[in-house]
Amino acid sequence: MELDQTMLARILTSVTLGFHIIFAALGVGIPVLISIAEWLGIRRNDQHYLLMAKRWVRGFTVPVAVGVVTGTCIALQLSLLWPSFMRVAGEAIALPLFLETFAFFFEAIFLGIYLYTWNRFRQPYLHWLFSLPVILGSTASAFFIMSVNAFMNAPQGFSLVDGRIVDIQPLLAMFNPATPSKAGHMIFSSYAASAYVLAAIAALRLLRGSSHPYHLKALRLTLTAAFFFSLATALWGDIAGKYLAQYQPEKLAAAEWHFHTDRRAPLVLGGVLDQNSWEVNYGLKIPYALSILATGSADGLVKGLDQVPMAYWPPLVIHYLFDGMVAIGIYMLVLPAGYVLGLRWQKKRGPAKGWLRAIVLAAPLSLLAIELGWIFSELGRQPWILVGYMKTEHAATTAEHVDKMLLLFVGLYLFIAAVCTVVLRKMFHERPFDSELR
Amino acid sequence: MDLPLMGITILWVFLYGYIITASIDFGAGFFSFYCKTTGREHIVNQVIERYLSPVWEVTNVFLIFFVVGLIGFFPDTAYYFGTAALVPGSLFLVLLSLRGSFYAFAHYGVRDHWLFHMVYGVTGLLIPASLSMFLTISEGGFIGQSGSSPQLLADELLTSPYAWSVVFLALVSVLFISAYFLAYYAKKAEDLKAAKLLRSFALFWSLPTIFASFLVFLSIYEHNPLHFANMLEHSWLFLCSFACFLGALALLLGRDGYGWGFILVMLQFAFAFFGYGLSHLPYILYPSITIHTSITDSAMGRSLVIGFIAGLCLLLPSLLLLLRLFLFDARYVQGKWR
Ligand code: HDD
Ligand code: HEM
Ligand code: HEM
Repeated sequence: MELDQTMLARILTSVTLGFHIIFAALGVGIPVLISIAEWLGIRRNDQHYLLMAKRWVRGFTVPVAVGVVTGTCIALQLSLLWPSFMRVAGEAIALPLFLETFAFFFEAIFLGIYLYTWNRFRQPYLHWLFSLPVILGSTASAFFIMSVNAFMNAPQGFSLVDGRIVDIQPLLAMFNPATPSKAGHMIFSSYAASAYVLAAIAALRLLRGSSHPYHLKALRLTLTAAFFFSLATALWGDIAGKYLAQYQPEKLAAAEWHFHTDRRAPLVLGGVLDQNSWEVNYGLKIPYALSILATGSADGLVKGLDQVPMAYWPPLVIHYLFDGMVAIGIYMLVLPAGYVLGLRWQKKRGPAKGWLRAIVLAAPLSLLAIELGWIFSELGRQPWILVGYMKTEHAATTAEHVDKMLLLFVGLYLFIAAVCTVVLRKMFHERPFDSELR
Repeated sequence: MDLPLMGITILWVFLYGYIITASIDFGAGFFSFYCKTTGREHIVNQVIERYLSPVWEVTNVFLIFFVVGLIGFFPDTAYYFGTAALVPGSLFLVLLSLRGSFYAFAHYGVRDHWLFHMVYGVTGLLIPASLSMFLTISEGGFIGQSGSSPQLLADELLTSPYAWSVVFLALVSVLFISAYFLAYYAKKAEDLKAAKLLRSFALFWSLPTIFASFLVFLSIYEHNPLHFANMLEHSWLFLCSFACFLGALALLLGRDGYGWGFILVMLQFAFAFFGYGLSHLPYILYPSITIHTSITDSAMGRSLVIGFIAGLCLLLPSLLLLLRLFLFDARYVQGKWR
């Protein structure tokens, strides 16, 4: 690996995006849970749920703020680091990028209103209503930004004549074949990860000896949500797989170390690749599973890497990233189901410590799955920045000092992460919830 | 109106929105830092927090909107600025990130920490200073070619008297706008002590603002005579700006009608800002990039305008609601809702 301009720009982009996505995912998901809790609280006239919503909101402003500043970094860095790419993107895919800022605007305005009007309206549902535009805004912004990223994977809606982009059809570019699968999967994975983060907080309290109904209710609510959102994530992951098989077979083949075009292809989990024979050793083979993921039929034909010139192979390490994501996805699905069954079994003696620990663990794991999924998806697009049109190495900036900027931003993110941790810890330890219960 | 003109007008309006809202924010940071070092922070902090809390994120979106819109409407400009401005752009981002994250953290107890006041106060001055550099670059003469790619001539920029006069203007305007607005807000909150202090700040910064504007006029004449000649053609805009300033100053001296006074301040800057922008046309970046050569494809341009109008229909009512709830609601302003 050579540390040239392109590599430095790639590293800086991935550091910023990798940092941003944690806060962005929470920014998309947490409002949904807040809204559910407030609604339940009003409907059942239950102070516990209302307090839950209030406390989550208070913690929520921290990831939002970090999301906003790191997002601002990305918005400018895309132009600073990939000027040639953004010239093309500006011509062809500016519409969703532009609409995204409207979605942010909308969200920012209503978040301000939602945060600062808790006790202001006589009709409690009126305040709850203000949570809806917040959800709409953040989910719409995720949708729009995903359609930009989808365009990088499946560009369409323009023609290239003598290196210039002409005949642009903005809507066609925005609703490219990758948009539905990417946006849906991303949005649900954000919801699921957020539900697990909130579930982990409740589980931590219970682990520390609380048996207050407030925490039990919080755990039940978040875990139920986590289950359904994880189910949607996995189902949509299946759609994403089918999209890949049809439009980017090289990405799927590299992720699955699938070298020979084949019917009845097995899905390989883990394993070690023999670079000479292109055989996979020690992996766990699930018969037919790849054919099912790719085509929906056990007999389906799955393109292998033999159909792709080696110069266009994505890096083969993405296999492990994909496996990691899927393994965590299964964990996220099994956990709530097992927990509910386990409770039945024990006849309501309160949740066992082992389950609580497993739930706490699910929070970092689900965020890890998002990172793995992203790195898999972005590495799997290589060597292209715009598949079929522009190579990554032709898009990077030619300016000097990218290396110093990389160090500068890494320092910045470490600093923000440190302060963020201190602040969130402080919030967790101070202000016990029962002091706020009336 | 043709597409390039429409695009640049939309962008300019949003940049103006950013300049006003962000100035209030940046100046507030500086004043609270200054009051802290002189032991008076309890006087102004409440006013500052009550206004800023609900709107700081909105301020930031104005900027994002401008950047994304520039990429969308004028992709070539984004290319030139993007390549040339890696270092200043990154430094600006670091400052902005520190400020934004500290602002949120401040809600949870670090507000009284000296580090918070430092970061908040100092970035409040450094950010406008660094932003104003981009306007300077657009006057031309600061971007060279190395091989086939544009390169920023940092030495020339940092030694240019024009650049520093713009920085000076940016700083004093920020402080003037902010002090004036906060004086109005404090008065509305019936916090008379704070209003008195902030009024004295506004008075203090009023004359330097005008002085700096003249300085910038003179140095544009030196640096870019073509632009200066264009400005003279639109001189009535600058005269209106000056008249608004005098009106605002009179209202401030009369200790009444700060609300109208602030509207005059906004008009003062609107006239000057649009006068500057209008005379800058058709160039975005002297001498090579104009709005006509860098405009995006017409289908994309049309879809952006449609998207903009649709977005605005959603946005304007929401913004009005925000202002009604937090700016024009006397009970909120006076802190009766907490
Ligand atoms: C909580 C996070 C999470 C979990 C549990 C899963 N995923 Fe995922 N996956 C993502 C989070 C994610 C992501 C971060 O959202 C990605 C990265 C890029 C994207 O569009 O979504 C992604 C991408 C992604 C892609 C590539 C899409 C593309 O590049 O076009 C496929 C094929 C899958 N996923 C399939 C699955 C399957 C079959 C799962 C089985 C359970 C699964 N994912 C679980
Ligand atoms: C937020 C979650 C995301 C993460 C964690 C992420 C991660 C990454 C990583 C790891 C790379 C480096 C790839 C490599 O070096 O091989 C990369 C590159 C890149 N990503 Fe993403 N990405 C994300 C979302 C996006 C989105 C939504 C866009 C488009 C708007 C985008 C645009 C780019 C660009 C332009 C590059 C550089 C070119 C390239 O390497 O192909 N990314 N990203
Ligand atoms: C999958 C990837 C991404 C998701 C889900 C996502 C989502 C979000 C969310 C939820 C926020 C917080 C905004 C708020 O709460 O107001 C945010 C901030 C932001 N994001 Fe991302 N983002 C992603 C990637 C990107 C990329 C690639 C860009 C660059 C174009 C970007 C640009 C921004 C900007 C500019 C902000 C700050 C907006 C503001 O000032 O309110 N994001 N993003």
